[in-house]
Amino acid sequence: MTIIKRGFTALAAGALSTALAMPAFAEPVKFDFWFGLSGDLARVVDTMCKNFNESQKDYEVVCTSQGNYDATLQNTIAAFRAGKQPAVVQVYDVGTATMMLSGAYKPADKLMEENGYKIDYADYFPGIARYYATSKGEMLSFPFNSSTPLMYWNKDAFAKIGKTEAPKTWEDVGADLKALKDAGYECPMAINISANESWQLMEQFSALHNQPIATKNNGYDGLDARLEVNKTKFVQYVTDLKKWYDAGLIKIKSKDLGQDMVQAFASGTCQVILTSVGDHGTVGKTQKEGMKWDVAELPVYAGTERKNSLVGGASLWVLSGKPDAEYKGAAAFLNFIHDPKTALFWSTNTGYIPVTKSGFEYLKSQGFYDKAPYKGREVAIASLTASEPTEITRGIRLGNFTQIRAEFGTQMQAIFANKVSVQEGLDTLVKNGDAILDRFQQTYPGKTLP
Amino acid sequence: MEKRVTFSRWTIGILFAVPQLLLIFTFFYWPAGQAVYWSLTLQQPWGGGNIWVGLDNFRSILSNADYWNSITASLIFAGISTGLAMFIALVLAALTDRQLAGSRLYRVVLIWPYGIAAPALALAFRFILAPEAGFMAVVNQVWPGSWDPGLDGTDAMASIIIAFSWKYVGYNFIFFLAAFQAIPRSLIEAAAMDGSGVVRRFWDIQFPLITPTIFFLLVINITESFQDSFGIVDIMTSGGPANATNLMVYKIYSDGFRGLDYSGAAAQSIILMLLIIVLTIFQFRFIERRVHYR
Repeated sequence: MTIIKRGFTALAAGALSTALAMPAFAEPVKFDFWFGLSGDLARVVDTMCKNFNESQKDYEVVCTSQGNYDATLQNTIAAFRAGKQPAVVQVYDVGTATMMLSGAYKPADKLMEENGYKIDYADYFPGIARYYATSKGEMLSFPFNSSTPLMYWNKDAFAKIGKTEAPKTWEDVGADLKALKDAGYECPMAINISANESWQLMEQFSALHNQPIATKNNGYDGLDARLEVNKTKFVQYVTDLKKWYDAGLIKIKSKDLGQDMVQAFASGTCQVILTSVGDHGTVGKTQKEGMKWDVAELPVYAGTERKNSLVGGASLWVLSGKPDAEYKGAAAFLNFIHDPKTALFWSTNTGYIPVTKSGFEYLKSQGFYDKAPYKGREVAIASLTASEPTEITRGIRLGNFTQIRAEFGTQMQAIFANKVSVQEGLDTLVKNGDAILDRFQQTYPGKTLP
Repeated sequence: MEKRVTFSRWTIGILFAVPQLLLIFTFFYWPAGQAVYWSLTLQQPWGGGNIWVGLDNFRSILSNADYWNSITASLIFAGISTGLAMFIALVLAALTDRQLAGSRLYRVVLIWPYGIAAPALALAFRFILAPEAGFMAVVNQVWPGSWDPGLDGTDAMASIIIAFSWKYVGYNFIFFLAAFQAIPRSLIEAAAMDGSGVVRRFWDIQFPLITPTIFFLLVINITESFQDSFGIVDIMTSGGPANATNLMVYKIYSDGFRGLDYSGAAAQSIILMLLIIVLTIFQFRFIERRVHYR
């Protein structure tokens, strides 16, 4: 007994002395930042965190990669339910609706205001800001890593068929792919049809053509939005893709089959791909020696008035239930990321684009887009700002959109495997997607999107 | 007369059982109870609240064609991969037991696959079975387009069955070999002297004597094929193409964790649990009758 008693006394004394010692050292306030990038990108984020910690003495951000976007959201939810959530978390674009209804965040604009930071929200590219803003235009989260898809095309191959410019319409793409095939190219264009490609094939295509994905302005105006991609121009697009696939003009490339489309393009196997500007660096680093290639905006059908493309990537959310001191740190951190100099660091080391006009101007003034490895990435900004966002090209605000994307992959695979016709597949996509939306709406009875 | 060691007071017995009971309660009954509760409600993922919906979750799952497709896929996967893994392991163990040339080597090497984590071996099989770059590329060169797990559901199902069976051949092998070696040599030798051949001895002596092991492995393999297939499916096919390999356990993961539909996933877990219980009861009730315990 006495031993135990002594042990307790010692413990208590120890605890007391630590408690007493705490204020004397004036340690920086620590707060957590969880993000979903991995590999090279995670190292860049870590460096950015280090830069923040070295730039001031009051706060220390602890940055932890959770591996990928899905895991970040899952882990954050689990942590939040256990009361151990990080102060700042990176949530991907399609998680925005879920976050807005969670009631688990502190609005970013309020946070900045409370802590005396002036952020000019008009400085954000409208296409980026609107995606993450509420229907009233308030910024609940801060746009972070942002990208948009581009068409990557092999200049050498196109030179063989007498072309020096990338095709601008899908009609031209069809003709060019045929010509490339006739010129002996085995794989004129590569696509993949998993859940991930819903982004460039369905969402971006619809935005560029000002076609809705769902009613209620893609869900911005209410949880009772339902899909309608089975009766828009998207049907024609899938029909054409399928036709070109059957004619051998398009090959399916995915990691599961041994080579993904970015590798297929970089190695010169396939001549055209549609993928994120974020892959610009990867293609440059891994391309076949001496191969000439460039990027262009995604094509549209002839006679279409081109609209802005959508932003992809993630934004930073500040979660509720943390002490004020951590919020001060989080605000300082968000302010640091907002700085054009950080934008330059970020864009130089990743393929992501700057999210503010001032960041873009700063990069331009530094000659960023003149140099070889980064040249061409300004096309992404041109694509994002092709028009003022319309009610439909603001973005997509649908609940459980991850599952709808999965359904997209499933139905596209069924269509391309000739199990169902294009129209049947898209009808099923809408039917199953609506069931997902219905379920989401039931989960949040009486709630509305802000 | 049987001699029994008993505790003088029943409280002591309970006391000894308490740690175990606590463990079972904490790690099984409590989570399972929670899952039942979730399956009867609609849970907001962030914990903002829930609504009691009774059996609605089960109704919507059971009326969904995709879910039945998932059950069928799981049963096909369980049946074929269990059969394959057990048959190959049985043959290998029988040969090893006969001390054929190289049997010592087998004994060591065949156990390894079980030690490999499912995702790692799935990654390896993804390369091996890749239609353009792997071994199967040869097949595709001779018959173009014949192997395409990216679009052909049957090919994709075959891929995950091969990967899973490969892993469990090692596991089954250990048990079969141990069972064979537990059979007294004198029995085999006596039969040999009576003039029965290898196959005859296998069917009349060895096989009946290892039925308890076969039964044990059957139960384990079927149960594991429902549960341990996750890592393989996740890495090799992600449930595709067109849901062809969307096994029940993978669907629970993708609906629950990726789709944040916790209630639907909880209901699916309950159904999966019931299915495994029913299958196990069936096996004990009908197959165990044919097992000869010594």
